[in-house]
Amino acid sequence: MPRHTPLHELHRERGARMVDFGGWDMPLSYGSQVEEHHAVRRDAGMFDVSHMRVLDATGADVRGFLRHALANNVDKLKEPGKALYSCLLDDAGHVLDDLIVYFLDEGFFRIVVNAATADKDVAWLRGLAARSAPGIAFRERGDLAMIAVQGPNARAKVWQALPDTQAPTASLKPFTAAAVGERFVARTGYTGEDGFEIVTPAASAADDWRALEAAGVRPCGLGARDTLRLEAGMNLYGQDMDESVGPFESALAWTVDMASPRDFVGKAALAAAPRDRALVGLVLDGGGVLRAHQKVHTAHGEGEVTSGTFAPTLGRSIAFARVPAAVAVGDTVAVEVRDKRLPARVVKPPFARNGKALVAA
Amino acid sequence: MKLPADLRYTASHEWIRSEADGTLTIGITDHAQSSLGDLVFLELPRPGRKVAAGEAVAVVESVKAASDVYAPVTGEVVDANDAIVATPEAVNQDAYASWLFRIRPAGAVDAGKLLDAAAYEATVGQD
Repeated sequence: MPRHTPLHELHRERGARMVDFGGWDMPLSYGSQVEEHHAVRRDAGMFDVSHMRVLDATGADVRGFLRHALANNVDKLKEPGKALYSCLLDDAGHVLDDLIVYFLDEGFFRIVVNAATADKDVAWLRGLAARSAPGIAFRERGDLAMIAVQGPNARAKVWQALPDTQAPTASLKPFTAAAVGERFVARTGYTGEDGFEIVTPAASAADDWRALEAAGVRPCGLGARDTLRLEAGMNLYGQDMDESVGPFESALAWTVDMASPRDFVGKAALAAAPRDRALVGLVLDGGGVLRAHQKVHTAHGEGEVTSGTFAPTLGRSIAFARVPAAVAVGDTVAVEVRDKRLPARVVKPPFARNGKALVAA
Repeated sequence: MKLPADLRYTASHEWIRSEADGTLTIGITDHAQSSLGDLVFLELPRPGRKVAAGEAVAVVESVKAASDVYAPVTGEVVDANDAIVATPEAVNQDAYASWLFRIRPAGAVDAGKLLDAAAYEATVGQD
């Protein structure tokens, strides 16, 4: 039986088409997925992301533990409220998950991980802590829901719907968060637009959702979330990277701190790993739609599409593909789409952000 | 579910309209467009192509998935709705006004193989 978020009944009431995602029964769309996509690029949309797991780590030296546990360096987090995107690696340097960690105070870091990997991640972190930092406690916050409100007008509409949040978040910089009473508001997201991710008590999440709806925020499903994140050049765990690949083959080198002297789980393996594959962006200039697992033929060998879709902002299909590292931006490759080989251009993502296409027509 | 009574249907979600000149006009049903979601790409057969009943002759592709459209009878494609290729969303807006191609059947159409609205509705219920 798929699990239900605190907003599940509300999605059903609105006639959402539901889909199993990471063991949760989630809205795919409430009508037109393309219109939901445009609402986020042009105005404001919201997503129920309560299936993601909030994990609070508390104790004497949480920073020291995370400095070792995560591939990105939590020492970059200096101001309380600051967020960091990181991979969680295994000893082989492969990706167990990607996550966001928020620094609240030296005794309290909040971690948000993906739904399908949450149980594995929590067990992994608890195991690491048991060996190196037994004083750290982890609390899974099943009592919380999460609503992502995204788009150029998202912040203004959040303030209109939830007036208490305005003063504490008005000067919040991108990738920072603030506690606002029982809520936790972060200026983060997965769409390439401005906005907030609001962590709120499960018991009052439906009230927040209705207030946001009344302020003109359009409910959006996972379908639009996928086309938005792909346009924005953001990876999806389980599709663009997983336990069989490392961050350097997943366009995530920017999230790995190899420069500092600190040791972290997977570092030795990463230092020794060949860098013979890369994750690149593809644009299809003709008709057709790129899809995950299609084969890619390049001058340097074969590759594979990891995520592909029709990009509503661009009006054409885009994809991520894992290809030989010698493939360069500007190259033309051939993708096997059904019974044809279609030419696609290699580009550097993102494809679109902040309402605008970033790929030349 | 919109199911005009004057059309015939297939279990693979095509609608068929018999024209006065003996040709058949073919599109996808409202149920099919609704299941696929926002359509973004259509690939239609070229006039002159000989097709067998049950052969995949066109592709309708949505943001979510690609789906084949099958010839309901054996015959020859005599026309394709090339104008609609530029606006695939028209199929979402009105599936029965958005024909895809026309076929001239090679022989007498076995009307028993095509479903009426009630029979099609029954097959959709089992999906």
